[in-house]
Amino acid sequence: MTGLLRYLRRNLSLVVGSSLLLFLVAFIVIGHFIVDVEDARALSVRPLQPPSWRYPFGTDRQGRDLLAVMVAGTPLTLQIGFIAGILGVAIGTVLAFVAAYYRGWADTIIRGIADIGLTVPGLLVLIIIAVGIRGGLSVNQMALVVASLAWLNPTRTIRAQVLSLRERGYVEIARMSGMSGPAIIVLELMPNLLPYLAATLVNAVSSAILASIGLEVLGLGPIDAPTLGMTLYWVNFNAAMINGWWWWWLAPTVIIVLVFLGLFFVTVGLDEYANPRLRRSA
Amino acid sequence: MQMLAILKRCGVFVVIVWLAASLNFFLPKLSGQDPVRTKLLQQAQLGGYVQQGIDEMVKIYEVRFGLDRPLWQQYLSYLGDVVRGDFNFSIANYPRTVWDMISESIPWTVGLLGMTTLLSFVIGTILGALLAWPRAPRWMAWLMPPLWALHAIPFFLLGLILMYLLAFQVQWLPIFGGYSMGAVPSLSIAFVLDIIRHATLPALSIILVAVGGWALSMRGMMVTTMGEDYVVFAEGKGLKSLTIFSRYCLRNAILPQITALALALGQILSGAVLVEVIFGYPGIGTLLFQAIRENDHFLIQGIVFTVIVSLGLATLILDLVYPLLDPRISYRRT
Repeated sequence: MTGLLRYLRRNLSLVVGSSLLLFLVAFIVIGHFIVDVEDARALSVRPLQPPSWRYPFGTDRQGRDLLAVMVAGTPLTLQIGFIAGILGVAIGTVLAFVAAYYRGWADTIIRGIADIGLTVPGLLVLIIIAVGIRGGLSVNQMALVVASLAWLNPTRTIRAQVLSLRERGYVEIARMSGMSGPAIIVLELMPNLLPYLAATLVNAVSSAILASIGLEVLGLGPIDAPTLGMTLYWVNFNAAMINGWWWWWLAPTVIIVLVFLGLFFVTVGLDEYANPRLRRSA
Repeated sequence: MQMLAILKRCGVFVVIVWLAASLNFFLPKLSGQDPVRTKLLQQAQLGGYVQQGIDEMVKIYEVRFGLDRPLWQQYLSYLGDVVRGDFNFSIANYPRTVWDMISESIPWTVGLLGMTTLLSFVIGTILGALLAWPRAPRWMAWLMPPLWALHAIPFFLLGLILMYLLAFQVQWLPIFGGYSMGAVPSLSIAFVLDIIRHATLPALSIILVAVGGWALSMRGMMVTTMGEDYVVFAEGKGLKSLTIFSRYCLRNAILPQITALALALGQILSGAVLVEVIFGYPGIGTLLFQAIRENDHFLIQGIVFTVIVSLGLATLILDLVYPLLDPRISYRRT
C-alpha cells in the first residue's frame, strides 16, 4: 500500500487523470440520486431557463433539464467509448499477435490494411457507414459503427511492441524448450504487454469517444439519446451561441473536456508505467 | 531497385483510390435501401395518393439508370465514372453537379488546413525542440502543462470556447461564415482582409490544439538525439551552442516529425470538418454537413471520395520527398 502511494507520488499524471475520471463517476452516481433522469427528455421542464437553484445547469430550448441530460448522457457517451475501445483493442491485439509472431503473408496483409486505413480520415469513412444504416441508430449500434475502425491504431502499435518483444532471450528459450506458438503468446508475451495494452485501451477509448462525438455533432448520432455529442448537435442546430444561451453549451463542453483530460493523463501515466525508459526524459 | 520502390508506393495510392471508390459503391448497397422506390414513393405522396403502377415505374426507372444489370457491370461502369471524375448530380441542388459544388468549397478548406497545419507544425516543432534544450529560458517550462491540456481537447470544442470569448463577448472577430454578408468576392485588399478576419478563429482553434502534439513528440525526439555520441563529441569540440542545437540536434530530430505529419493529416482533416461546421466556414466540412442534412447521397459520396484521394495524394508526395530529406533512408535499401 505504501509502495503504491510512493509510486503514485512519482507518477503525477496517473493521479491527476484518475482523479478527474473518479470525479466524473462521482458526478454521475450522486447525480442519479439528486436529479430525476426522466427530465433529460424533451418537454419535461420550462425551456431556456438560465442556471438557477432549481436548474443548476439551466434548461434547453426543447425543455430538457441540462443537469439531468448530463447525468444521463455522460455514461452513454462513456459507454460508446468503452464498447468501441474494448472491441478495437481486442481485435487489434489478436491481429497484432498473429502478424508479429507468425510474420509471413499474414503480417504483410494485416500491416498493409492498418497502414492504409490509418492514412484515411476515419471520420469520413464512419460518415459513409452511418449514412448507409441511417434511420435511428441506438447507442450500442453507434458503438459498433465507431468500433469498425477502432482496431486500426491498436493493431499497428501493439504489433510494433510484439516485434521487439519476440526477439528477447526468454521468448527464445521458451521456443527452444518446445513451447507452442499460442502458449508463448499467452504465457510469455501477454503478461509483459499488459501495462502497454492498458495504455493502448485508454487511448482507444478516447479516440472512440472523439469519433462518436464527431458523428453526433454532424447529426448522425442516436437522435433521441441525451449523449454529450447529441447535446452539442442541438446547441449547433438551435444556434445557441449567437442567441446567447451560454449555459446550454457550457455544461457539455466542460464535461467533454474533463473526460478527454482525464483519459489523456491516464494514458500518459500508464505509458510511463509501461515504459520506464521514458522516466529519464519526463 | 529505386524505381521499383517508387512504383510500389504509387501502387498503394492506386489501391487507396480503388478502396475509397468501392466503399462508396458497396456500403449503400449493403444497407438495402432502394433509392428509386423511395424517391418515387415520395413523389407519389406529394401527389396525394399512391398509384397502381408504382412497381412498373420502379422497373422502368431501374432499366433507365442501368440498375437492372448484374452487380459487377454496375460496379465497372461506376469505376469508369469515378476515373473520369464524374460524381453525378447533387440530389438536393439539381441541376448542379457534385463536382461543381466540391470544387467551389475546396479552396476554402485547402487554405484553412494548409495554413493551420503548416503553422502548427513549425511552431510546435520549434517549441518542442526548445523545451528539450537545457539552455532554453526557464519560463518555457511553464508552457508544458497548458500545451498538454490543450492537446487533449478536440478542435471544435476549443472553437466553441474561443467563439464565445472572442466573437460573442468582446466581438473582436466575426462569429460566422467565410466572409461578411453582402461583401462582393473580389481580389481587393479589403476583401482579402475580410477573409483573414473570418478565418482567424477557426484557424486559432486548430493551431492551439495541434501545436501541443507536435511540441510533445518533438521534445521526445530531441531528448533522444541529444544523448547521441555525435552530439557529445560536438560539445567536446567546443562548437557553438547554436550550431549544436540547429545543425546537430534539430535537423536529426525533425525527421520522424515529417513521417508523423503524413500520418496525422487524416486526423487533422477529421477534426477540421467539425470546426468548419461550428463556424459555418464555407469549406468541405460545411458542405458535407449540408449534404448529410439534405440526405444528398451523391454529394456525401463525392466529398468522401475526393477527400480520401487528395489526402492519399498528399501522403504519397510526403513519402516520396522523405528520402530526399534524409539520406539515411533511401529506397535502395528497402
